[in-house]
Amino acid sequence: MAQATAGKATGANLPFIYREYSPEQLKQALHKMYLIRRFEEGAEDSYTRGLIHGTMHLSIGQEASAMGICMPLTLDDQITSTHRGHGHCIAKGAEVAKMFAEFFGKTTGYCRGRGGSMHIADVTTGNLGANGIVGGGLPIAVGAALTAKRTKSERVVVSFFGDGANNEGAFHEALNMASIWKLPVIFVCENNGYGMSTSTARSTAVANIADRAAAYAMPGVIVDGNNLSEVAEASHEAVKRARAGEGPTLIESKTYRHRGHSKSDRNRYRTKEEIEDWMTNRDPITLYETQLQEFGVIDQAGIEGIREAVRQEIADAIEFAKASPSPEIANLERYVYTESL
Amino acid sequence: MDQPVRELSYAQAIQEAMAIAMEQDERVFLMGEDIGVYGGAFQVTGDLVERFGADRVIDTPISELGGAGVAVGAAVTGLRPIFEFQFSDFATLAMEQIVNQAAKMRYMLGGAVSVPVVMRFPAGSGTGAAAQHSQSLEAWLGHVPGLKVIQPATPHDAKGMLLAAVADPDPVMIFEHKLLYKMKGPVPEGYYTVPIGKAEIRREGRDLTIVATSIMVHKALEAAKTLEAEGIDVEVVDLRTIRPMDTQTVIDSVKKTSRLLCVYEGVKTLGVGAEVSAAIAESDAFDFLDAPIVRLGGAETPIPYNPELEKATVPQVPDILKAARDLVSGRR
Repeated sequence: MAQATAGKATGANLPFIYREYSPEQLKQALHKMYLIRRFEEGAEDSYTRGLIHGTMHLSIGQEASAMGICMPLTLDDQITSTHRGHGHCIAKGAEVAKMFAEFFGKTTGYCRGRGGSMHIADVTTGNLGANGIVGGGLPIAVGAALTAKRTKSERVVVSFFGDGANNEGAFHEALNMASIWKLPVIFVCENNGYGMSTSTARSTAVANIADRAAAYAMPGVIVDGNNLSEVAEASHEAVKRARAGEGPTLIESKTYRHRGHSKSDRNRYRTKEEIEDWMTNRDPITLYETQLQEFGVIDQAGIEGIREAVRQEIADAIEFAKASPSPEIANLERYVYTESL
Repeated sequence: MDQPVRELSYAQAIQEAMAIAMEQDERVFLMGEDIGVYGGAFQVTGDLVERFGADRVIDTPISELGGAGVAVGAAVTGLRPIFEFQFSDFATLAMEQIVNQAAKMRYMLGGAVSVPVVMRFPAGSGTGAAAQHSQSLEAWLGHVPGLKVIQPATPHDAKGMLLAAVADPDPVMIFEHKLLYKMKGPVPEGYYTVPIGKAEIRREGRDLTIVATSIMVHKALEAAKTLEAEGIDVEVVDLRTIRPMDTQTVIDSVKKTSRLLCVYEGVKTLGVGAEVSAAIAESDAFDFLDAPIVRLGGAETPIPYNPELEKATVPQVPDILKAARDLVSGRR
């Protein structure tokens, strides 16, 4: 898997991804992080214009977490995702056009307009679906990992969830079963500090969610979720362990969401200064761009090129969604049950 | 089909169905609490672990929510799990995975997946296990689009409907009355299925239709025998599936008899009988009715411990006799 050393810098002190990935792959990662950021902005803008209804949970600020975890995954590997799941979907390989089409409620969307933002999925790239129930995806991921083990496949399954889910019973039941059966699953807690408005300090008895791994006899790893290389390194380790049949890992990716919980959020539970600090000093895309330039992987023109390509991709995707047909009311009951052939 | 027929208990019939399903299809496996060496709380899995190994007869921790979710995840990724709840009451712990995930996943994903999971629920009262181990919650799950909910009443149907459930691409919830487990009846050898969504007329009659589910089918048949001696000719419809419900068979029967009595063990209010009654009220069979529809359901209480109280909680044969006589004689 190891690629030629990237850019100008060399040596063992290089951050993990510069030792593991080619410059092309590193640029691709930046491209995808921008794709996530601009997708979220495009969705927010479309919502404001009344083109998307309902609600949505934006992952702006958490791009390195989604991307870093998915870097070592193959197309055959699977994920379960959360209500804040657009980034996971893109990082795993989904097409933004079909995602926008879903948000617009169109038949060309990944869920043919039945799921929307909160149930976005792309089974073809291994995303078994975002989930509207906090903690809902964890046992499902364990079941998918049971399939992987029983069918003797090389597949691993990643279950993304937020800090809020770590206080759900499903979290504890899922981690316990994955551990006793040594299943190839990686539990990724994206701790953005708040379960809606309630901080982890107020909701969670342990200082770090990763500490809970000890209760289920699995490694608990804490990473800076805004540092792509750190996230990817932890993911690599966990994937290696899972593929080797050594069982699950709990990764706590400490990050921050720039936007509110959902569209109803008045941001009364955190300070402007706190938000400003994360946006200005710890933005995952800015941090990664700076590092890429520092190590000579990309220059300013290259970055501009990626931004422009992404801008075009998002614009085209929104146009595709707008032009797509809406489902027919007559088909309301389709997909409740599997149609007999 | 000319498969040899033997007498098997309801529990043995289910066990045989699971064994056949596992022999036929490597993807089929069992999960549940104490279903391995213990053999299951009601000895339904019995010695299957010796035949198929602990990899395919999996003892789970006491984690109903997580266990149900694992079954859903395994089903959606290509396996065919049969998940046993120790008591149907424990479905309350797993409702999230059953109702929000298993039932809705195909729809939410626009048909991209199916969830071929089978869940088995030992249900009902009569064992002295009191309020948290005796409920009949089938109507709860019957209210959820995306699920199929069945209540086989005989060993023959228990085997055939379980095999139909395993072959079904969608989640099938099987409610098995605990008092039926020891009941014996003719069961063909080998593989056969009994269709989900099709009611069965257990006894033909002209004067009154009794629509019953699960153990109530047997109580209705017993009552029908007594009533026959009194000159009342009862038709007994075994509903077998409550979602999707075979209302046509009920409608046709009521058109013939002009009287309807619904008998079910679940709490009367908002129960299966309400749905059957509404189906008749909404259909052209309504015009054929000679008397108001009568429902005999479970009392509006938790299931009590005292055996006499417990018995009084659910419809018994004398209750059916009285309701039938009143209906036919015009006292209703």
